Amino acid sequence: MLDQAEGYTTADGRKIGGVVMEMKNITLRFGGVVAIKDISFDIREGEIRAIIGPNGAGKSSMLNVISGFYTPSEGEVWFHGAKRPQMRPFEVARQGIARTFQNIALFEGMSVLDNVMTGRLTHMKTGVFSQALWKGRAEKEETENREVAEKVIDFLEIQHIRKTPVSRLPYGLKKRVELARALAAQPRLLLLDEPMAGMNVEEKEDMSRFILDVNDEFGTTIALIEHDMGVVMDLSDRVVVMDYGKKIGDGPPDEVRNNQDVIDAYLGVAHD
Amino acid sequence: MAQTQSGAEGLLSLPALLHRNATQFGTSPAYREKEFGIWQGWSWAETEKEIEALALGLINLGVNEGDFIAIIGRNRPYLYWSMVAAQMVGAVPVPLYQDAVAEEMAYVLSHCGARFVIASDQEQVDKVIEVQDQLHQFEHLIYLDPRGLRKYDHSHLHEYSHVQAQGSAAYDEFINELKARRDKLDYDTTCVMLYTSGTTGKPKGVVLSNRNVIESARNSAEFDHLTRGEDILSYLPMAWVGDFIFSVGQAYWCGFCVNCPESADTMMTDLREIGPTYFFAPPRVFETQLTNVMIRMEDAGRLKKAMFRTFMEHARKVGPSILDGKPVGAWDRLKYAIGNALVYGPLKDTLGFSRIRVGYTAGEAIGPEIFDFYRSLGINLKQLYGQTEATVFITVQPDGEVRADTVGVPAPDVEIRISENGEIFYRSPGTFVEYYKNPESTTSTKDAEGWVATGDAGFIEEDSGHLRIIDRAKDVGKMADGAMFAPKYVENKLKFYPDILEAVLFGNDRDRCVAFINIDLTAVGNWAERNNIAYASYQELAGHPKVLGAIQEHVEAVNRSVAQDTMLSGCQVHRFVVLHKELDADDGEMTRTRKVRRRIVEEKYADIIEALYDDSATVSTRTEVTYEDGRKGHISATLEIRDAAVQPVAPHKVAAE
Repeated sequence: MLDQAEGYTTADGRKIGGVVMEMKNITLRFGGVVAIKDISFDIREGEIRAIIGPNGAGKSSMLNVISGFYTPSEGEVWFHGAKRPQMRPFEVARQGIARTFQNIALFEGMSVLDNVMTGRLTHMKTGVFSQALWKGRAEKEETENREVAEKVIDFLEIQHIRKTPVSRLPYGLKKRVELARALAAQPRLLLLDEPMAGMNVEEKEDMSRFILDVNDEFGTTIALIEHDMGVVMDLSDRVVVMDYGKKIGDGPPDEVRNNQDVIDAYLGVAHD
Repeated sequence: MAQTQSGAEGLLSLPALLHRNATQFGTSPAYREKEFGIWQGWSWAETEKEIEALALGLINLGVNEGDFIAIIGRNRPYLYWSMVAAQMVGAVPVPLYQDAVAEEMAYVLSHCGARFVIASDQEQVDKVIEVQDQLHQFEHLIYLDPRGLRKYDHSHLHEYSHVQAQGSAAYDEFINELKARRDKLDYDTTCVMLYTSGTTGKPKGVVLSNRNVIESARNSAEFDHLTRGEDILSYLPMAWVGDFIFSVGQAYWCGFCVNCPESADTMMTDLREIGPTYFFAPPRVFETQLTNVMIRMEDAGRLKKAMFRTFMEHARKVGPSILDGKPVGAWDRLKYAIGNALVYGPLKDTLGFSRIRVGYTAGEAIGPEIFDFYRSLGINLKQLYGQTEATVFITVQPDGEVRADTVGVPAPDVEIRISENGEIFYRSPGTFVEYYKNPESTTSTKDAEGWVATGDAGFIEEDSGHLRIIDRAKDVGKMADGAMFAPKYVENKLKFYPDILEAVLFGNDRDRCVAFINIDLTAVGNWAERNNIAYASYQELAGHPKVLGAIQEHVEAVNRSVAQDTMLSGCQVHRFVVLHKELDADDGEMTRTRKVRRRIVEEKYADIIEALYDDSATVSTRTEVTYEDGRKGHISATLEIRDAAVQPVAPHKVAAE
């Protein structure tokens, strides 16, 4: 069904490109515990790729492998056609991968704007001293970075809290600020760890729209982990299903929905 | 006298005024909008270029003279330009309320037969697309913000900037056509069509000519000595006549700068950054601001609280007199100056009112305490009385004659007459042309001599010549014993309490009055928090015995005050209920400008009214609610009905002292 080089066209007519990231036979062990067992899948240019599975299936571990936080015990990670060596997280970030966290990890005492600006850190070339003096290149760079940050703030409609310290914000908005910080890095691949966790229906609707808009507007490739089945099935182009560290399904939402293994393991009944 | 002076100067249309501004003071700022965190600006010369490019683009798209172009969205320079560009090509701009649901939009769009719609973003585009099957004349949709619209079918959908670019590209082809159309505009050309929300029935399209708009703008600008140096913040709905006059009429006449906020949520921050010199807000905005100040003062330290109390007390005593230029003792002036340095100045700065020269409030009655609060700070807040059909101005308060209980003297060139039954009539250069496609309503509202019935009852005070409004004429009724029933009078007194957001009084043809009350969630919620009252929902808070107790005290205080008025002492509230939901425009209970639709409320809550009159202690009810996205749901509640103490009423009417 998939042409390796060409990609495919989604139901709503978007063109999905070639492989951006490929996970080849990934296994991850923590001592005697096998968190991920021999999993392979790919993420393609411009698609929204979901990883789902019951609690403890190894989803977050998988995301941490993608983000370079964990190094797989076995197997290879290929990013943009090259095998990725063992990396530290900031090196992964420099490669153009940004993420959000399941438990919000923002700088609570800083304003929203400052938090979003930290997303620009990997794009800064001037040193600490010239930035402190705010002269010459550093000044120009700051202005450029601020422009990017402001566009993201506008895009996610958080202008009204620009100067508000993050600690004073409700949960749903914090999630949005986290997404803003990740977007400010202008990533080639965006990883979202349970972006809807703990949200009410309205917040979920907003977040879904933002995810779709990010994908649509900037063409950002998105990989996400999510519990809410309805959301996953509506948002994503292809879904990987995990259970006990193994891959039990992979394909478009409709196909996965009808996969007997998946139904047995996770969904129980066909979900609408 | 000076009626045709502006005509002689050839300034007979908005494009003519635009051209004057662009040539005479081309480099002055015309528009600012905060976007991406900074204020982006356009000079008058740049504005003319933008509008011309859009006008050419509209011709390119096939806009004909006489077409209607609907404009939907929040206040943005681009949408203001759309209105002027529409007039430039001989079309009629029709701004719509952006929070209207698709059905309401469908009615207006099909009534005027709009061929073109200019919408701000995906949300508005979706609404128009949803109802487009009902709109047989609708052809093209132009949008501002392309976000989320990439995948839409673009055969009838155009991006604003592309329309402008195509217009500029076709400059040579269409410029002569545009000039010809622009030269045809005169004082009788329709300037804008505004749909009145109307407390009853379907909205009506009020046609306003250039004469109406420009004359009204000129008269009012002269009345308040407005200059090119003013800065205003445009945040009120573009579909409302007031915004059209301030942000278009007066702005083009005077050549001052219109500032648009970044988003609805940032309005207060933007207000503070701009520090407008001329400001307009409905009473609700001032109420909310004052409530916020009071809530924050409650949380302040003891020293700050004491300072605030002392100096505000002093301000209340002498502030208004200082503002009106009346004699005030040297000691009081000194104390006021100290207060200004310590309290009033910083407070005004926080509110964004540091530079304000003239402020207006209208639309609803404003509480005397609220009004005096702002005036005592040295903010020249005034009231005016007007309506869409008058192009806003009927009466205004001149400087130095400002009071909370009147709405001022007739505006320049406005004549006023009170009919025998107390209804107010006016005649002015701003008197509307007609209701579009509705000659019956036009003739029933405006007579052959140009007198327009306002539908409001009022009287002119003998000694001051100021107009006082009692109520809507059709709402003024008689009680069973023949006493006058004027619900608004009592409702306003109730609403002046910060706890009470809305009140509806019933009693026409009955032997006594009863009331519905909506609590103000901000004020009551804060009070509950302070008093350790836990609640999970609006409904629970509204039904809390302590809240009911507080409301009962307010109602009884109002009864005592109403009893003072010999004419209206029969309107005391005997029983009341605190409603389980806020009256809402989405449920049709209010207009988009937040005026209660009395008849609809009366029908919808007939069961509660019945219970109020039959002495039951509680009433169970089930109410349909409409969510913002148009879905419907129900809420059920059992409401407690309370009796309020009333003052004895003199058996016969005594002449007022």
